[in-house]
Amino acid sequence: MPTSYSDTYFPVLVQIVIAVIVAAALVAISFLLGKHVKNRVKDSPYESGIAPTGSARERFSVKFYLVAIVFILFDIEAVFLYPWAVVYRELKLFGFGEMLVFVILILVGFFYVWKKGALDWSHEAPGDSPYGDPDAAPQSSVTKNAA
Amino acid sequence: MPANFAPSAADYLRILPEIIMTVAGVLIMLLEGWLGENKKRNLSVQTFVAFAAALVSAVAANGNPGLSFSNMLIVDGFATFFRVLVIAVGILSLFSATQYLKREHAESSEYYALLLFSVTGQCIMATANELIMIFIGLEISSIATYVLAGYLRDDKRNNEAALKYFLLGSFATAFLLYGIAWIYGTTGSTNLSTIRIALLTPGSETNVILAGTAAALMFVGFAFKVSAAPFQIWAPDVYQGAPAPVTLFMSAGPKAAAFAVFLRVFMTAFGPITSRWEPFVWSSALLTMIIGNFAALMQTNIKRLLAYSSIANAGYVMVAIAADSQIGVAAAMFYLAAYAFMNIGAFAVVTHFSRQGEKFVNVEDLAGLGWKQPVTAALFSIFLLSLIGVPLTGGFFGKFYIFKAALDANLVWLTVLGLLNSAVAAYYYLRILVVMYMKEPGEATLSLQPVGVGIAATLWISAVGTLVLGIFPSVVLNFATASSALVK
Amino acid sequence: MPNAVPLSWYLILSAILFGLGVAGFIFRRNIITVFMSIELMLNAVNLTFVTFSYQFKQVDGHIYSFFVMVVAAAEAAVGLAIILTVFKNRSTLMIDDVNSMKY
Repeated sequence: MPTSYSDTYFPVLVQIVIAVIVAAALVAISFLLGKHVKNRVKDSPYESGIAPTGSARERFSVKFYLVAIVFILFDIEAVFLYPWAVVYRELKLFGFGEMLVFVILILVGFFYVWKKGALDWSHEAPGDSPYGDPDAAPQSSVTKNAA
Repeated sequence: MPANFAPSAADYLRILPEIIMTVAGVLIMLLEGWLGENKKRNLSVQTFVAFAAALVSAVAANGNPGLSFSNMLIVDGFATFFRVLVIAVGILSLFSATQYLKREHAESSEYYALLLFSVTGQCIMATANELIMIFIGLEISSIATYVLAGYLRDDKRNNEAALKYFLLGSFATAFLLYGIAWIYGTTGSTNLSTIRIALLTPGSETNVILAGTAAALMFVGFAFKVSAAPFQIWAPDVYQGAPAPVTLFMSAGPKAAAFAVFLRVFMTAFGPITSRWEPFVWSSALLTMIIGNFAALMQTNIKRLLAYSSIANAGYVMVAIAADSQIGVAAAMFYLAAYAFMNIGAFAVVTHFSRQGEKFVNVEDLAGLGWKQPVTAALFSIFLLSLIGVPLTGGFFGKFYIFKAALDANLVWLTVLGLLNSAVAAYYYLRILVVMYMKEPGEATLSLQPVGVGIAATLWISAVGTLVLGIFPSVVLNFATASSALVK
Repeated sequence: MPNAVPLSWYLILSAILFGLGVAGFIFRRNIITVFMSIELMLNAVNLTFVTFSYQFKQVDGHIYSFFVMVVAAAEAAVGLAIILTVFKNRSTLMIDDVNSMKY
């Protein structure tokens, strides 16, 4: 058994050193042995792929953000299922009932998001969905908010 | 060890108000989804019924006080007092909001659902006997209020208010949580009674220092939430930018709930280390009163003026906390109740007067209100006089009890400076009265519509509340005194 | 595990992370970065909870960190929505430009 803190972590240090050496060696070898050709085709983002049609730094439709925001919530809520699953046998029916309430509340949220059209990608016309594209002029006074 | 976690029926009865409001809020969200946008229905009546049922069950729960849910929650007089207070604030802000939403063409049931959720969070704060429950309640309340502050999402001022409230509120929460984490590390528990016992047992000096640090971190978090100096910077912008009925709500409800947990945590869990935190509260109270009152002197926007007034009033309550006694707790409870009524009344007048898009929010716009709408002006005068602290109003007895508690605790200088501050405050409240009665009506006053039913109800209830607290203070004070001996 | 990293190191790390979060909140000018600083502070809190929980051989702290994560996610959802509306109305994410209210 290793006896000190540094002994415990010595293998990790060795691994890091080996990883750095291998990575550096791969880059160095390809640099030393490979041919250096510079032209426009070589410098394009996808050398053998489809030619890019424009800059990647465009503004995305707000729908992407909306889906991302909704995803964060439903993704993280699931974390409570893990501790529940661990003690499920001890809690028995009570635990089941409690988790049922929890899941129903999440489903209500899902239903709300769905009915509000936040998951609806088919309507393209601005103003059709309350979450139209960000470039559109603000609609009259607000009737709703995004939460 | 198969412990029995299943709560008893009594447990559920003790959180019945929260259950009712949560279910109502969820049902409103479902209905909103179901009915869709075209069949917009006004759900304010249903919201009112939910609030009323919650109020009744909160009072009924006091008949069977005690700990519930593995000591996570506690129903006692203190909790009941603040539960009734925040639900009442919810009802009053509901009354003034219905009319506002109609005026801004922004009627939607989300507003009511968010109001219900926010009040639920505040009720949880009032009953929490455990730091993590306090955190959860605080966040339920805050997150709903962040959304409410930015309710008109195309309004620039609303956006800005929501953004500032959100950023600084989350910042404060992080401090509070870090304090909770350290107190958990120092005492091995997050239960208030257990923490108190752990701090009472003589331990190493390191533990006391760590607990003091944790208390300081939590103090920062709470001070942000109650807008006490030097963490009050967000309040003026947020109060000014948010929709008037939301300002009305957040200057009374979340503030009272934050003070409830502030009192409970510092009087029970941190009771053994009073000498460590008292200087902070003492100096913060003084600074809050001075900043609030002197900044209010220079304001022309009435929402901003009332925001600084709200900061100054938080300072008075901090004086009661600094007194660190049962009388102090009772005085703080009484003052928060009185403050809720007079402040809600004042903001209800602002809601009524500001008109669509909140065009008229300057003090000068109120010129001649006393002649155009004598009743509204008279009610407004009651609220302003109560804020000054004139006898026969709730504000007078609130201040009286607070400074009496401070004197009993030998905080003579704090009392003297507090009274001087009240005198300064009289100036800017009186200025509003002068403008209202002594000036010729201007364009803003002449185009004023009659008061609507919702706002009239808010005004009258608040006025009656203010006067009842001023003429029969013993009713509320006796209850507050009886429940100020917090379960330790 | 007798030879693990000393617990105090985790606490120092969490204090440094929390301090970085506070500094970022105060000195950064981009709203998203300010918001990320707050998340950093919350993660520092989580690290503290888990460290103490490990020290006490309790699971409480782990569960608390779950609560913190979930609440942080809820906050993030609301916060990002608010930031989106601010951007929509002002086309800027610099915090100094969001100052329409001055007395």
